[in-house]
Amino acid sequence: MTQPFLKVEGLKKVFPAPSGGGDDVTVFENIHFGFDKGEFVCIIGHSGCGKSTILNVLAGLDEATEGNVFMDGREVKGPSLDRGVVFQSHALMPWLSVIENVAFAVKARWPEWPKDKVREHCLKYIELVGLGHAVDKKPNQLSGGMKQRVGIARAFAIEPKMLLMDEPFGALDALTRGVIQDELVKICAATHQTVFMITHDVDEAILLADKIVLMSNGPYAKIAEIVENPLPKPRVRQDMHHDPHFYTLRNHLVDFLVSRSRLIAMGELPADYNPLRPPVVRPMKLAA
Amino acid sequence: MARSLSFRATIVSFVLLLAFLGVWHVGTLPATGGAAATYADPEYAALMGGASVQASGLPSPGTVGETIATQLANPFYDNGPNDKGIGIQLAWSLSRVLAGFLLAALVAVPLGFVIGMSPLMHKALNPYIQLLKPISPLAWMPLALYTIKDASLSSIFVIFICSIWPMMINTAHGVASVKKDWLNVARTLEVNPFRTAISVILPAAAPTILTGMRISMGIAWLVIVAAEMLVGGTGIGYFVWNEWNNLNLSNVIFAIVMIGAVGMLLDMVFGLLTKLVTYQE
Repeated sequence: MTQPFLKVEGLKKVFPAPSGGGDDVTVFENIHFGFDKGEFVCIIGHSGCGKSTILNVLAGLDEATEGNVFMDGREVKGPSLDRGVVFQSHALMPWLSVIENVAFAVKARWPEWPKDKVREHCLKYIELVGLGHAVDKKPNQLSGGMKQRVGIARAFAIEPKMLLMDEPFGALDALTRGVIQDELVKICAATHQTVFMITHDVDEAILLADKIVLMSNGPYAKIAEIVENPLPKPRVRQDMHHDPHFYTLRNHLVDFLVSRSRLIAMGELPADYNPLRPPVVRPMKLAA
Repeated sequence: MARSLSFRATIVSFVLLLAFLGVWHVGTLPATGGAAATYADPEYAALMGGASVQASGLPSPGTVGETIATQLANPFYDNGPNDKGIGIQLAWSLSRVLAGFLLAALVAVPLGFVIGMSPLMHKALNPYIQLLKPISPLAWMPLALYTIKDASLSSIFVIFICSIWPMMINTAHGVASVKKDWLNVARTLEVNPFRTAISVILPAAAPTILTGMRISMGIAWLVIVAAEMLVGGTGIGYFVWNEWNNLNLSNVIFAIVMIGAVGMLLDMVFGLLTKLVTYQE
């Protein structure tokens, strides 16, 4: 049996009780899943189910109480340049210009590169996110959407094996979000980047993801199921809703968020549910 | 509109200055014949070097103006230990302030980094800082004189001890409040702790650190005058005390104005430096 590119085994996270008293909180436990190189995976679930914690464990910024994560056959221990992170709040350094922010990452990845090469490499990725005109601007001169694009360029520029994105478009208005999503689709198609992304937006997940991991509500959150996206690539935001399977998939996801995520948390799991192998579904419109 | 506002403000400033000088002038007019007689004695006036002291009180603005003009015309004259130009005295004071301040920065900034980065060190050192901070720097003077046995070095030590606290506290605060996201960016890029400190924490905390330095410099300039009054010899503080002993109030007022002007310049320099490292989020 071949190992998946990324493998999560028996992850569990317990937050200690607050000093004022009370019990320890187990946010999630028994989390098992995996995915292959080049896949775009979204994880959906309500606040408090531990999505961000899982992402931080994958990034190496946080430690799980139990369980292991393997990437490319090696255990994930601590942060690594192999995993790029796009932060929800863009996390640009305000005293550096756009290109300096990207160069900070590039210099960390390839310390031996000469200045010209660093600059050239940075420009390539800044132009990829459509910010060629704002290279020397400081972050405070950019709109929220532009800042997030710089964050994306910075993460892509180190050419990581996997890209981790924590609700990267959460703080953006719908219009800007749409534009950047389209760009992300293009960049990922061009680079075959492996991506793991947290989102609250069902349509965003349908547009971007090959696999959508559904998490039930916390505490004791579980992976309820893994949904495979039946819509063929390339998906286009403007007309993907004409696809016959679009609404079947969308309704499946919305139903999950509205009711099933809560019911599963209350214990209504299928009799054959096995946390080691969460059910994989592919919601498709049945032929009439 | 902004221009007209600053224009109007300038006018008000000038009017206030003129009013102040006017009141001063009227207040120091020779009131009685006796005082006028003292004043009229040309030999006495010559003896007092033009800065004649009225028996009845303060020198007039005109006299002080003359003093300022003569002193500034030749700021670096040196007629022996008790008669040096204002430039020399200020240079002494400034050099002591700078020496003490730089020594303090060498200790305070690294220590502030340690306190800001380590909650353990913060908790461990905080009681000492809180205890030492409110001590008037001049209270250290006897101890400094006894151990260092040098007046000039002792005043440098006093400057050192008074500048260290605002710098250390601000550095610690600035370092501790660096955004977690920036540190996480550095961590995911496997930037080593030393480089993170230099290229992320330092620029992030620089505005707070420089604000601390600005406060320290302000305090140091306040304290040097008092320190030099105590230890004597050279410096602007000694100059003030020496002129008081000479009963030359005109020179005392001149020195006061100079202390204010230099203090303002020092503050402006740090204001500019702070502006240079300040970033807009």
